[in-house]
Amino acid sequence: MSPPSGQARSRAGTARPPALEREHSLHLLREMLRIRRFEECAAEQYSLTKIRGFLHLYIGEEAVGVGVMQALTPDDAVVATYREHGQALARGLPAASLMAEMFGKADGCSRGHGGSMHFFDVSRRFYGGNAIVGGGLPIAVGLALADRLLGRTRVTACFFGDGAVAEGEFHESLNLAALWQLPVLFACENNQYAMGTSILQELAQPDIHLRAESYGIPAEAVDGMDVIAVEAAARRAAEAVRSGTGPHFLELRTYRFRAHSMADPDLYRTKDEIEHWKERDPIVLFEARLRKAKLLMDDDLAAIEADIAAELDEAIAAAEAAPLEPVEDLTKDVYTPSAQTAAPG
Amino acid sequence: MSTVKLTYREAVRAALRHALATDERVFLMGEDVGGYGGAFAVSLGLLDEFGPERVRNAPLSESGFVGAGIGAALGGMRPIVEVMTINFSLLALDQVVNNAATLRYMSGGQMSVPLVVRMATGGGRQMAAQHEHSLEAWYAHIPGIKALAPATVEDARGMLLAALQEQDPVFIFEHALLYPLEDEIDEEPRPVDIAHAAVRREGSDVTVVTYGGSLGKCLAAASQLEEEHGLAAEVVDLRTLRPLDLDTLLASLAKTHRAVIVDEGWKTGGLAGEVSAQIMEQGFDLLDWPVQRVCGAEVPMPYAKHLEEAALPSAERVVAAVTGMAF
Repeated sequence: MSPPSGQARSRAGTARPPALEREHSLHLLREMLRIRRFEECAAEQYSLTKIRGFLHLYIGEEAVGVGVMQALTPDDAVVATYREHGQALARGLPAASLMAEMFGKADGCSRGHGGSMHFFDVSRRFYGGNAIVGGGLPIAVGLALADRLLGRTRVTACFFGDGAVAEGEFHESLNLAALWQLPVLFACENNQYAMGTSILQELAQPDIHLRAESYGIPAEAVDGMDVIAVEAAARRAAEAVRSGTGPHFLELRTYRFRAHSMADPDLYRTKDEIEHWKERDPIVLFEARLRKAKLLMDDDLAAIEADIAAELDEAIAAAEAAPLEPVEDLTKDVYTPSAQTAAPG
Repeated sequence: MSTVKLTYREAVRAALRHALATDERVFLMGEDVGGYGGAFAVSLGLLDEFGPERVRNAPLSESGFVGAGIGAALGGMRPIVEVMTINFSLLALDQVVNNAATLRYMSGGQMSVPLVVRMATGGGRQMAAQHEHSLEAWYAHIPGIKALAPATVEDARGMLLAALQEQDPVFIFEHALLYPLEDEIDEEPRPVDIAHAAVRREGSDVTVVTYGGSLGKCLAAASQLEEEHGLAAEVVDLRTLRPLDLDTLLASLAKTHRAVIVDEGWKTGGLAGEVSAQIMEQGFDLLDWPVQRVCGAEVPMPYAKHLEEAALPSAERVVAAVTGMAF
């Protein structure tokens, strides 16, 4: 496995990376830690059988979701994958609504209809939580097409993994977005594995950004373990998309530290490889960088951890206490009640 | 009321034109819907009237542009997606089943997907086994969508307009042999009721249940039954394949006590079987004879004309199914 190329090429835009500034840096660190602790908590709740079904953890990939989300405004849209807890938290979905969703409760962000893989929050323009690999890309293209046709200046950020690159829908969507010059920010979370198969065994061209370039889409590979690099690239790309120059593509090179899902014995990776990547833990790296720059003190970290612990304790308590959707409502949301109008885009 | 003589093809076009002219959110998207005018010439001329943004040619990416239609619907548009044939629509089934039909439910009712998808279906043009199947039953299987099969010129126009008033995905199956069908209809384009089946011919001896491209064959069979056998067949056009209107069927069966279901689709696991099962569940006491089915033969559609004819329901087969019953 080649190490991430790290250095982002900057031809996607002219926006400069933000200077390392204390308040924003602590925000980034807090967001990444929130995701890490949320996921640890989810794993524990899964072991306690409070959470069932598939559970895909984002541990190791926090810099990707947090970094990209900094470039988006509330009007922008997000289409995510089934490993979407990080994106959902970074987008502002309350931890309690996510935990309740995984507990299968009516207070969950999808009323317990979706579970871990299908977080939705239309009020935050968070369109899933999509568990068909590649299936979210055409939807992102359509959301962007609607913005174009309605004359709105908005970005649709579409997250997908390296596995999606082998799907036909990836190619169809990149072609459509490029052909129609639609405002899509394609964010490929390249965590090196499509479930248990290395991209080297799966992709004839594992430099994924090159595939986007072949559609004429400005693309760059980014060190997905460096939250500052991700944010900078995402800001460049989002600004370019917003300015009407069509879709842009980021290949964010990252790694999941945990198995594919809780059901995965992780037989296909070596300990050495995992340890090698853990040395590049995005949270540890960023923490060290902030300490070195004297932007982070022990007290800061303790306060952040305490806040997060309190938030997650409350989320679990709320999820435990939340009501179940009544079984009488089993078929309620299959069709829209006739008096109701469609939610605005 | 003033009337106008239209073909089925022109009726669909009239609905498209009306929708494009009256609702800015509407756009048409599909393969060759622009300059070519659609594979079945349905959208001919609309590109000139409404421009390439709203009469949008899509590349050969069924999954991509059906999915884009879903996304555009989520984004506040009212997309009408044309898929060239039902066989090609299989390339988009992921988007249909996993997204269009599912997003509302899976999100706990947060969103609706007001998407209309039209496609040509059915056999009889010697296009063989990758263009001509009748797979509507597969769509009728899916909760979360509605499935319409216009069999008349009026329904071809009015069902599309009705579909555009729905908040959820609607799939419209246009039998390709119907496009040249002509009729005199009300000049004013209006949505039609899509909640009910329609009795297309009244009778008291047997109920012939059908939809779409088989309606003409069933009406021909009914005439033949009357002239040659003195039997009065009632012909019921299902019109909407999901959700099924069983009340109209049961009301007919209360008169006739016998049913034949005519469907171009394959018999095994098909729509005729579903209708039959629902009749059995809800109207068993009304029946004087086992429900009969006249369906497409269980073969990939053959090319040669005589084989294709043998593979499809015909008026003769409907007549035979009825005259095989004891009265």
